[in-house]
Amino acid sequence: MNKPITSLSRRRFILSTATVSGGFALGLNMPGKAQDASQSNDINIWVEIRPDDTVTIKYARCEMGQGSMTSAPQLVADELDCNWDQVRIDYVDVNEHVRMNRAWGDMVTVGSQTIRNSQDYLRQAGASARAMLVAAAASEWGVPASEIGVANGVISHAGSGRQSGFGALAAAAAAQPVPANVTLKDPADWHIIGQPFPRVDIPASVDGSQVYGIDTELPGMVYAAVASCPVFGGTVRSFDASKARSRKGVIDIFAVDGNAVAVVADNWWRANKALQEVEIQWDANGNGDVSSEDILNVFRASLDATDAAPMPNNAGDADTALAGAQQVVEAEYFTPFLSHSPMEPMGATVRIDSDRVDIWASTQAPEGLVSELVNALGVPQESIYVHRVQAGGGFGRRGGSSDFARQAALIAAELPQGTPVKLLWTREEDTQHDFYRPLAMYRVKAGLDANNMISGWKARIASGSILNQMRGVPLRGGVDFTAAEGFTDLPYQIADQFQDFKLTPTHVPLGFWRTVGWSQTPFAREQFIDELAAAAGEDPYHFRLKHMAEDELSRHILVEVANAIGWDTPPPAGNFRGIATTEPYGSYTAAAVELSVNDAGVINIHRIIQGINTGHMVNPDNVSAQLEGATVWALTAAMWGEITIDEGRVQESNFHNYRMLRMSQMPEVETVLHATGGFWGGVGEPGQAPILPAFCNAIYAATGTRVRSLPLMHHGFTLA
Amino acid sequence: MELRVNNQVFDVDVEPEMPLLWVIRDMLNLKGTKFACGIAQCGACTVHIDGEPVRSCSFPVAAAEGKAITTIEGLSEDASHPIQQAWIKHQVPQCGYCQSGQIMAAVSLLAKKAQPTDADINAAMTNICRCGTYKRIREAIHDVAGTTAEFYQA
Repeated sequence: MNKPITSLSRRRFILSTATVSGGFALGLNMPGKAQDASQSNDINIWVEIRPDDTVTIKYARCEMGQGSMTSAPQLVADELDCNWDQVRIDYVDVNEHVRMNRAWGDMVTVGSQTIRNSQDYLRQAGASARAMLVAAAASEWGVPASEIGVANGVISHAGSGRQSGFGALAAAAAAQPVPANVTLKDPADWHIIGQPFPRVDIPASVDGSQVYGIDTELPGMVYAAVASCPVFGGTVRSFDASKARSRKGVIDIFAVDGNAVAVVADNWWRANKALQEVEIQWDANGNGDVSSEDILNVFRASLDATDAAPMPNNAGDADTALAGAQQVVEAEYFTPFLSHSPMEPMGATVRIDSDRVDIWASTQAPEGLVSELVNALGVPQESIYVHRVQAGGGFGRRGGSSDFARQAALIAAELPQGTPVKLLWTREEDTQHDFYRPLAMYRVKAGLDANNMISGWKARIASGSILNQMRGVPLRGGVDFTAAEGFTDLPYQIADQFQDFKLTPTHVPLGFWRTVGWSQTPFAREQFIDELAAAAGEDPYHFRLKHMAEDELSRHILVEVANAIGWDTPPPAGNFRGIATTEPYGSYTAAAVELSVNDAGVINIHRIIQGINTGHMVNPDNVSAQLEGATVWALTAAMWGEITIDEGRVQESNFHNYRMLRMSQMPEVETVLHATGGFWGGVGEPGQAPILPAFCNAIYAATGTRVRSLPLMHHGFTLA
Repeated sequence: MELRVNNQVFDVDVEPEMPLLWVIRDMLNLKGTKFACGIAQCGACTVHIDGEPVRSCSFPVAAAEGKAITTIEGLSEDASHPIQQAWIKHQVPQCGYCQSGQIMAAVSLLAKKAQPTDADINAAMTNICRCGTYKRIREAIHDVAGTTAEFYQA
């Protein structure tokens, strides 16, 4: 059962302030930081108020289209009571952050965490700066602070009629004692949080001026193209570059990291052309004959393995309950490997000088770039300078491993000191050298009692482990919780449950793919609930509801979505509906899909209702945008998404055989947004979780075909 | 070889088969046009050649010689083109990477058909957006439909 997460943290952060060029800068000692920087001039500035009234809010995370470069500063601005037009947003400097013992906290932008995990300190930064401006005004005007109001960037005292902008009081505010305690606003008083402000990064995306990693341009820069061993874990045995070296513009050709060959040229196209003429012999190192079928067989064995790890939420006696059930339903589901395929391929520009290393790269993990460079080059982290840019899509690819940064650094190390080199992967390299969404299999079994209530529930999850494989992180009790999420805390009241996890590694690298475990476990869980409803002869929506009596928040969003599509009113003849509910990343999401399917298997989606309850909601228009996009993401994976392996290597290579949904197939999407308060839920990840099962449940309603393995193109279905 | 890009003439010394995309990006330093697939599948590299949308990643530079090439940077001086304004109004971009290409495709559609139907939009807007901004692209095109004629006469 899911309970709201308590949100109004009373955690306190030690503040520090400084006078900066006639203005006022405020920093916070972040959670987990031992030293008190309040006496230092070297502070981790979060808010800076300048004499010209501008308010600069620092942004520590990344922007890749998810919108938190706008919504995180909204949290600060609201408590500060400034006017949004005064606000300027600057990235936190990564080198300064590293030198100051990670003074700005987490920079990694993953797991829909930016708002959830920084809302307490960001709001406190705003409230503290406001309190100090008020104290400065009280002191200058000789009036009690309690009589001073702040609204839209104006500090005023009603009794005397005095008022001031922020800038005129900034220097005086900096001299005020740091408040020991500030009270954060009641959500009812928010005026910037909850507003659909336009995203600050959008104007640059309509005139070509937005700068991504790929757009780095430096004096004397050279370009690199690479071919990495197509078999994961393989190495370069030898290569013959004699033909390629004579091509125009080629500067050098060498092996990188033992597993790739790089061509460096005066232009990327020339480098890549020459690369095609390098004859490379690879050593597959034992994985050269692995096929998808081999991998599937390993997973099938995992479903029957006797040494799986039980999950901590097990309760009651599932076997006894199943033995006493009137009916028992069992089903197996399969979700394939998937690549991220952001529109901007992987790459990075690195320049190594005698005393510093500079890197320009689209990333979700600025500190990940630093550690890759430390490992690759053996230089101190303080010597690394990360230049921040927009990422041309991330979706998890740029958050886990920064393999592309390592490769760029090792290439730069082969060149004369001070030569900047821009590494860019082709789409084919990007598709075939990803860290893939784990392949997983699920076996679910449950009983129905005489009242058609679920009695006994067993689930086996077989999956690889992203963190175990990527970083050697040990599993807790044998369970990978990112692979199991969706099964660890069911919204359905089932007294007797037994679920377990069987770790099933392969040689295929695994990574965090948008929505992670929640991108795939609902395909099994929420379809299986439908299978139970069908066995019970009951409506799948009402069958869910009767098992959710104690889970108010899951129930709430499901009801809202059902109402929005008019679930209890039959659809037009020939149309069919499916519904699903999920509770990912601290939010509650549900979806309903209405579609028709013709005799040739052509699916026509008429409507999709996407519902989310984020608790508190910072920027509703951005939430809608994220849900709309998540629908495209989920339908793309549902229809065509699969990465297959033959001879140890990925078979898909580019958008012609790793298909994407396009405009002509974009369905009508309506978003249903709820902010019931009391908790802070995520936005970027959760949207797609209920789409896939709602879509498949609707296909079952329309055709009687229960799709238990993806993608749908293998079941005779196409999208109109 | 002489190239006319955004009403400026450039003299470039390149192999005739080099795709126009790489000349634009790496020789002329116009970075708004993007590389994403290299096989004319996704449209992130869309530019106009004599007003027609072309996927420049697969278009040899020699074939563009003597023609009028327009990139996203040449659409307007100050992001004032009605499509650019509609993109902002509807908050279309997410990561933004494909949007130069989407905008160039949309401009070309509206130049030919001032009031496109949904079917027209489906036929003309075949560019891939991994963030999934299609709904807003469609809304933005409909919103600006019929208002761009003056722009093209200019």
